[in-house]
Amino acid sequence: MKAQNEYRPSMFHGLWALTTRELKKWLKEPIILLMAVLQPIIWMGFFGKAMNLNAMFSAENLGNINMPNIQIPGYLANPPVNGVIVIPDAVLSQQLQETFSSIGSNVIQSIFGVADYFSYMSVGMISMIVMFTTMFSGMSIVWDRRLGFLDKVLSTPVSRAAIILSKVLNAALRAMFQATIILALAVVFGLHLSPTFSPLNLLGVYAAIFLLSTGLSSLFLAVALRSTRQETQMAIVNLINMPLMFASNTLTPISMMPEFIQVIARVNPVSYLTDAVRQLTILPLNTSTLLIDFIYLGVFASVLSSIGIVLSWRYLTK
Amino acid sequence: MVEDVIRAEGLTKIFNKSLVAVDHVSFSVKDGEVFGFLGPNGAGKTTTINMLITVLKPTEGTASVLGYDIVKQANEVRKVIGVVPQEYTADEDLTGYENIILCADLYGIPREISRKRALELFELVELTQFKDKKVETYSGGMRRRLELACGLINRPKVLFLDEPTLGLDVQTRAATWEYIKRLKKEYGMTLFLTTHYLEEADALCDRIAIIDHGRIIVNGSPQDLKRSLGGDIITISIKENSDVTDLIQSVEHVKEVRNENGSYRVKAEAGEVTAPLIIEALRKRGYTVTRLSLTEPTLNEVYLEYTGRSMRDAEESKEDFRARRITLRRARAR
Repeated sequence: MKAQNEYRPSMFHGLWALTTRELKKWLKEPIILLMAVLQPIIWMGFFGKAMNLNAMFSAENLGNINMPNIQIPGYLANPPVNGVIVIPDAVLSQQLQETFSSIGSNVIQSIFGVADYFSYMSVGMISMIVMFTTMFSGMSIVWDRRLGFLDKVLSTPVSRAAIILSKVLNAALRAMFQATIILALAVVFGLHLSPTFSPLNLLGVYAAIFLLSTGLSSLFLAVALRSTRQETQMAIVNLINMPLMFASNTLTPISMMPEFIQVIARVNPVSYLTDAVRQLTILPLNTSTLLIDFIYLGVFASVLSSIGIVLSWRYLTK
Repeated sequence: MVEDVIRAEGLTKIFNKSLVAVDHVSFSVKDGEVFGFLGPNGAGKTTTINMLITVLKPTEGTASVLGYDIVKQANEVRKVIGVVPQEYTADEDLTGYENIILCADLYGIPREISRKRALELFELVELTQFKDKKVETYSGGMRRRLELACGLINRPKVLFLDEPTLGLDVQTRAATWEYIKRLKKEYGMTLFLTTHYLEEADALCDRIAIIDHGRIIVNGSPQDLKRSLGGDIITISIKENSDVTDLIQSVEHVKEVRNENGSYRVKAEAGEVTAPLIIEALRKRGYTVTRLSLTEPTLNEVYLEYTGRSMRDAEESKEDFRARRITLRRARAR
């Protein structure tokens, strides 16, 4: 009985215990997983497929425009002729169709970098998963506080940082798992992988997801540290998530946006994740931009998780 | 150990700079003692306990647990205490066993030890056959016992129990106290508990402090507190019609006698000893005692004496109580 309290609780022991708690809860409720995956699937299946840009810019559509017969005054011809030259509509349509037959995919290729919009946006869905998964880590700490679980944990010698990091880690692992499902489904639905893709690239994809999840969930947790109301938390999270998603390259390329959104999109870490994942899957790999993506994500993750840990030392105990 | 296990000096917590939840509270708890904090809801019991278990930081004053300062050496405090909170904090989605192991992991107890201990504790609180069931299927009493087991996993030297029988029915309450007594015997801990059930405090605590509006009004052993009221009440009726006030007054230990329409209300110290003496004295003079009752003062009378209102009254004003509770909840949260 003498040496009963002599254990040296290591940071990782507590961290792992709290993380497995969250993971167990998650695995026991397959519904939560299903709902989390369903949303990006719906986006992919409906929005991704409905926004059929290739068809919109197809030769058929352009050729179907009603063409009148065009009359050209004879003196404009070379050499000039008397009277009027008539070009019949059928000839005109055919000419246009021929000219435009490849313009659709050319336009898409030059805007999006890939030949179809579906590939482009379904990779964007991975960013969406990260955003929506991490926002729940903020909610879950509010829950824990409400239920008294947090107070109980706070009364144990477990490291305060472990409380925060377990939620961060849990969000990252969830996001990685869900992203795998989405990526696999996207391939089934018709995602075109780039020739530079190799299974090894997936490790890079996971690393990028891990970094953004760490940063974002630290952010949401920091906001939720002292909060007791899910409603407030929900409102804040929605406020942050919407601009994060729309002012990024998740659904549309940054270069197509008006100036002021471009500014936001270029500092938005979500853009860097999306870009990194695109580079690793559907785009021809450009090592230097990929490096920039990873540096940016790495800095974002380490700064925000440090802030989260420092705040948890200070503010978790009131 | 001669040193006080818990010592609080001028402990104060002010929420939002205006709501004084605990107001310069000082007390000490000795080794192996069962110390009870007694008071109506919203009196500041939970806030005090939360400061002692390092979940809240005091606004003013200090306290130490086993010599460790609750602010400066919070982590040392956390290692030696066990906590059984007011709410059911076990994770409903996990099984009882998983919950206990989780608690053990938070203390950094190696798995080989925690497994053995968990099974021991399940045996002790008689939950062995439910250990692999999800906690959401547990009844209130079972959850309370699980919380108890969780609070004991690190073999604490001091166990804090915040309203351990709140919301339980009478039988479960009694059973819970049986467990607590048994645990104390088994592990020889110091217990610090809060309750608003007077009978419970009376039956279990070696010493109690009555707290109201964030202040300790009086503290001492339940017996001392009751004795301070001036003793027990003995009510006696005799067959004969004569006035025996003076005769009773002359008996040893009797403090005060009043004739209330033929029955005598006697205030006496140590009523159980005095009552036979009174009967003896009356018999000697040829009187026949027809009725006798002995009432020991309860803590409720003590509470009444010191706060000027009965504890039930204090809870009766539902609106006040609710308003205070809501503010406290919010304040605690912020």
